[in-house]
Amino acid sequence: MSTRTAPVLDIDALLDDRGTGIIVCCGSGGVGKTTTSAALALRAAERGRKVVVLTIDPARRLAQSMGIEELDNTPRPVPLSTSTSEEGGSLDAMMLDMKRTFDEVVESQANPEKAQQILQNPFYVALSSSFAGTQEYMAMEKLGQIHRQAQKDGTYDLIVVDTPPSRSALDFLDAPERLSSFLDGRFIRLLLAPARGPARLMTAGLSVVTNALTKILGAQVLRDMQTFVAAFDTLFGGFRQRAEKTFALLQADETAFLVVATPEPDAMREAEYFVDRLTDDDMPLAGLVVNRASPRPRTDLSAEEAITAGDRLRESDPESLAAGLLRLHADRVRIVERETQIRQRFAASHPQVATAVVPAMAGDVHDLEGLREIGELLAGPAGA
Amino acid sequence: MAILAIVSTRTSPGSASPDWPQVRLHVVTGKGGTGKSTVAAALALALARSGRNVLLCEVEGRQGIARMFDVDPLPYAERRLAKGLLDETGHAGQVHALHIDPESALLEYLSIYYKLGRAGRALDKFGVIDFATTIAPGVRDVLLTGKVYEAVVRNSRNKDAITYDAVVLDAPPTGRIAQFLGVNSELAGLARVGPIKSQADKVMDLLRSPRTAVHLVTVLEEMPVQETADGIAELRAAGLPVGGVVVNQVRPRDIGPAALEQIRAGEVDGEAVAAELTRARVDCDAALVDHLLAEARDHAVRRELEEEQHEVVAALDVPTYELPRLAGGVDRGGLLDLAALMREQGLA
Repeated sequence: MSTRTAPVLDIDALLDDRGTGIIVCCGSGGVGKTTTSAALALRAAERGRKVVVLTIDPARRLAQSMGIEELDNTPRPVPLSTSTSEEGGSLDAMMLDMKRTFDEVVESQANPEKAQQILQNPFYVALSSSFAGTQEYMAMEKLGQIHRQAQKDGTYDLIVVDTPPSRSALDFLDAPERLSSFLDGRFIRLLLAPARGPARLMTAGLSVVTNALTKILGAQVLRDMQTFVAAFDTLFGGFRQRAEKTFALLQADETAFLVVATPEPDAMREAEYFVDRLTDDDMPLAGLVVNRASPRPRTDLSAEEAITAGDRLRESDPESLAAGLLRLHADRVRIVERETQIRQRFAASHPQVATAVVPAMAGDVHDLEGLREIGELLAGPAGA
Repeated sequence: MAILAIVSTRTSPGSASPDWPQVRLHVVTGKGGTGKSTVAAALALALARSGRNVLLCEVEGRQGIARMFDVDPLPYAERRLAKGLLDETGHAGQVHALHIDPESALLEYLSIYYKLGRAGRALDKFGVIDFATTIAPGVRDVLLTGKVYEAVVRNSRNKDAITYDAVVLDAPPTGRIAQFLGVNSELAGLARVGPIKSQADKVMDLLRSPRTAVHLVTVLEEMPVQETADGIAELRAAGLPVGGVVVNQVRPRDIGPAALEQIRAGEVDGEAVAAELTRARVDCDAALVDHLLAEARDHAVRRELEEEQHEVVAALDVPTYELPRLAGGVDRGGLLDLAALMREQGLA
């Protein structure tokens, strides 16, 4: 077994580098992405950066402490100490409203009459509010918007983005390609055929497909879809352009991706997936954050010794406190051993990925003080 | 009718889940990191008793089942996966596994229900299949739930297929579960008439019936418990049947409440502990006692937080089941241990 350890991820260097304009945190659900994003943003602000953090679904109390429990889809200032503002730092936070973001895109791209037509289409309503996948695109859309705004008026010099908790969080990387293949494909011609009229477009192949779709979907659904696509037609080009721009922005040197995980097999496997996917797409990966690592025992009493001794005590006194302490210790040693092994496995297959390990805190984090503490742990001993 | 009679004797009440006797489809959800896939796998092992066939499905493309059971990645086909947990008489049932991906589900759906043949290939060539499974809103979820539905309602008229006594679905996380299961009612709303609507309605009928139970997995921490409460409210609002709450990864209870209190208050007699340790032949000095007590304080803080969350879970007013944290990780033996605990507690 290799005992390779990963190079250390220097969080403060990343935050202090004025060349870092965007930090994207991704990883599977329940690994503490939102908390990590918020803690990074707070730390950067207190080190003099003008920061905005875009979160997807923060825990209620965390959102409250940052003053963003209202979903109004615009960044709100988080009150920080005066010394922070004197040093030029600031922190804004916002929570993504997926539907609102989508509506705004439609409204900005189409004339009011057409926008209304789209906003009321049953397909659009389903697409923008309740179906999976839209969130990822909208998070990136919002990132693009905030970035353009920040470049224009200099409100922010660092944008921290939290991503939705699923593997499809990286679906936005496919968005330009998917939209292109759809727009250049033949399916859209079929959906647009009635709107564009001439029956001669209806080749034999097309009519087979149309008939099949009518059979499966029913004529009414197909008609709704066609109306939707026809209304959206002129907007699709704009969507593709925006998706391509966002892709380029994510690939730029100013962006840094952080993959977040916990030292659990599933979370680390997902982290590997994210790391590989980002590397394949030439996305700038800054490193891996391993949250909630169990604290190392400070004594080298082994798990086996502790168990044997504990059993010996329990034989004579089932209530023995020392026996309980020994069992606890054994449990902790085993967990730490397992976590170390999981991390080493990752480091062995991805030796180039810099890693920051954040020890578990006893309770949940729901105030700025807690976020500050996480920030310190993220920065590691060097940052303390 | 004769066949029905045979089926009904085979699934006699005694062999079903004691707490959920009517349930054929067990949907297992949970916040990320709470171990929902582990719980789903253990539940399948626990339900597979005395010759019963259980199907364990996954829909998130992660191949988690293959990893847990240490087998090759699963195809879109039902595979024998493992023997279930033995019962008192030494008998077990069989767990099968199925990895459902939307594209295969769509092709299968089209060929079964519409016998499309050439037209099906034309759909593929036109990019319709690709569109449906990657871009079109919600179609993925419709296809995934549609396949699960097929496995649950399947009966012995379908000669080539195995009929299952229970199906366990390792479902998307709590935050998305009501949306995932409700997607067919969205669809039925979009398609007001036609074959899609009737199919969607049938799936919703099953999912909203007493034959389905949605179990929520949580750990005793604030956020997952909050999400569980929210999930229950959302499921109820959507008319979906809430099953039990499975409290997973519960810390060991080796130290009793009185001792925990002492530890938190810093009133433990270090010398007495040192004496005990020496008696147990541990090479003991003051530093070791300090370290052990520091670890215990950390544990005591967490136990207190667990207790708080435990009360929140109890107030949810749904049946709860508890599973311990396995320090060494969950391997196949661990899954069987968890399955045994589920049977003891009546979940399976």
